[in-house]
Amino acid sequence: MNLPFLVWSYLKSRPLNTALNIVLLSLGIAVITILLLFNNQLQQKISDNARGIDLVVGAKGSPLQLILCNIFHIDFPTGNINLKEAEKIAKNRLVKKAIPMALGDSFNGYRIIGTNRLYAEQYQAVLSSGAWFKEDLEVAIGSNVVRALDLKLGDKFESTHGLSAEGHSHEENKFVVTGIMAPTNSVLDNLILTNVESIWAVHETHGEGEEHEEHDHDSITNPSLLVSSVAAGDSTKELTSLLIQYRSPMGAIQMPRWVNGQSSLQAASPAFETARLFSILGVGVDILKAFAYVLIFISGLSIFIALYNSLKERRYDMAIMRSMGASRGKLVAAILMEGGALTLIGALIGLLMGHGALMLMGTLIEETQKAGISGIVFYPEEWIILVGSLLLGLLCAIIPAIQAYRTDISKVLAGNE
Amino acid sequence: MIEVQQVTYAYETGKTISFPDFKVTGSEPCLLLGESGSGKTTLLHLIGGLLKSQHGKISIQGTQLATLSESALDKFRGQHIGFIFQKNHLITALSVKDNLRMAPYLSGLPQNDARIKEVLTEVALTEKSDAKVTALSHGQAQRVAIARAVLNKPNVILADEPTSALDDKNCMSVIDMLLDVAKQNNSALLIATHDQRLKSKISRQIML
Repeated sequence: MNLPFLVWSYLKSRPLNTALNIVLLSLGIAVITILLLFNNQLQQKISDNARGIDLVVGAKGSPLQLILCNIFHIDFPTGNINLKEAEKIAKNRLVKKAIPMALGDSFNGYRIIGTNRLYAEQYQAVLSSGAWFKEDLEVAIGSNVVRALDLKLGDKFESTHGLSAEGHSHEENKFVVTGIMAPTNSVLDNLILTNVESIWAVHETHGEGEEHEEHDHDSITNPSLLVSSVAAGDSTKELTSLLIQYRSPMGAIQMPRWVNGQSSLQAASPAFETARLFSILGVGVDILKAFAYVLIFISGLSIFIALYNSLKERRYDMAIMRSMGASRGKLVAAILMEGGALTLIGALIGLLMGHGALMLMGTLIEETQKAGISGIVFYPEEWIILVGSLLLGLLCAIIPAIQAYRTDISKVLAGNE
Repeated sequence: MIEVQQVTYAYETGKTISFPDFKVTGSEPCLLLGESGSGKTTLLHLIGGLLKSQHGKISIQGTQLATLSESALDKFRGQHIGFIFQKNHLITALSVKDNLRMAPYLSGLPQNDARIKEVLTEVALTEKSDAKVTALSHGQAQRVAIARAVLNKPNVILADEPTSALDDKNCMSVIDMLLDVAKQNNSALLIATHDQRLKSKISRQIML
């Protein structure tokens, strides 16, 4: 016999009441856990994916859309920009690095990005097998793409126009897998990378009998800074966007204004736009949090009422325990332990439910899978949830415990109370 | 041994009762008789240290209760005094055996399952060891309460109307058992009652 056994026996003796209190609390804790895991991982992913990119330059439209499309690859492009104009920006003395992006095609829902090796280097991507794309229509694919589509080196596929699997198929040009990237835990894992020329090639409209234009690198005396196979200043070619890294902090002050001053271009700062995105998402998150806190409050109230009522039923038990030598302190400890045990069990189940729900979402919802949101991640804040729940239990038990402390055992045993 | 000397107790209502002086030893069980409201239960609670008298001296085995601190009194009560009440007051969340285990646990004595088996044999309830106390008859529950009271081999057993709710057969069975276990443990037995049936079993009586 010991105090935990006694407390457990009391909890077991009221199974419905105990279960109800635990379920109420665990639901609240589960919602809080899901929000914590989702929010933290999303913020981490967003900051990881945007790291090193100071500015995105694209066609005019929504700046948030520009960021979502070109950094996180979860929205549609705002339009195209002229290669000649993009070069002008890339040559600016405040620009350290400029990465061209050509979007618009996909394969089975996974985006094909026309870019150069700088983009892969941005995320420290290395190949687990094969080689990087050199020629047109060669691709290197992300680790999630390999897993989801079961592709291997040498496999060929046709891209579809747009970002859904139902788009128009470019049957005349087949991509070939030449490289498989090792997992980077970034957006790159969900992408298919190729050179910009490949994107241009599949979108060129050929007349009957017209052959695909071959690039003659040697004949170009002044190649483009962004796409070396075309001449600098070629105004017939287009990109979707340009990812910019500043040479100095001065860039943050001057570049956006300068770019936005160009009539057809728009500059969007990932840091500013993601902060704006979080403030928009924050409203929903706050509502869910408030709902969870209401659940936790109700559960706390329910635990308090349960302990208070059970104390009334147990006043004879308390008195008899005192008559058998139990000190007041032992009775107080038993009540506090009961409150603490209820909330601790509820919190542990809630945390498990939260992690389990995210694991389930990761299995069932493709977007969650693509975003790399996992249920098998633990944050230090979860200790705060556990300790907070324990404190809630103790708080709910304080008044019943004080009553137990003050119980006049003689009156109770004599049947006068 | 119980020793009561010049004890008076004042209730919150202002009513004061003075109790007669007496001693009870292990060799001679004693009945505490009196009408309802005469102070039988109050005197048992004073002897058990559940109440404090305003005047007088109560000693158990030579220890004057008034000299003990609250925590020392709690421990002393657990180790030297066994209580039996009219209502058995068993803890319904626990089995028979676990109710008995509470006695040494709460008084800070070592827990001994062999001793539990021994007292359950004394009260003829070995087969009910793992039963829930809610599954027991009133007579069986009262026997468990007796087993719990004597488990720590107390020097004093205080019983408050232990047979009032029992029929004749159960009454005699319980009182025989109580006398028997008190004798075996050499415990001073004091029974507060207005149950006239007990007079035939215990000759020494104190009237309040």
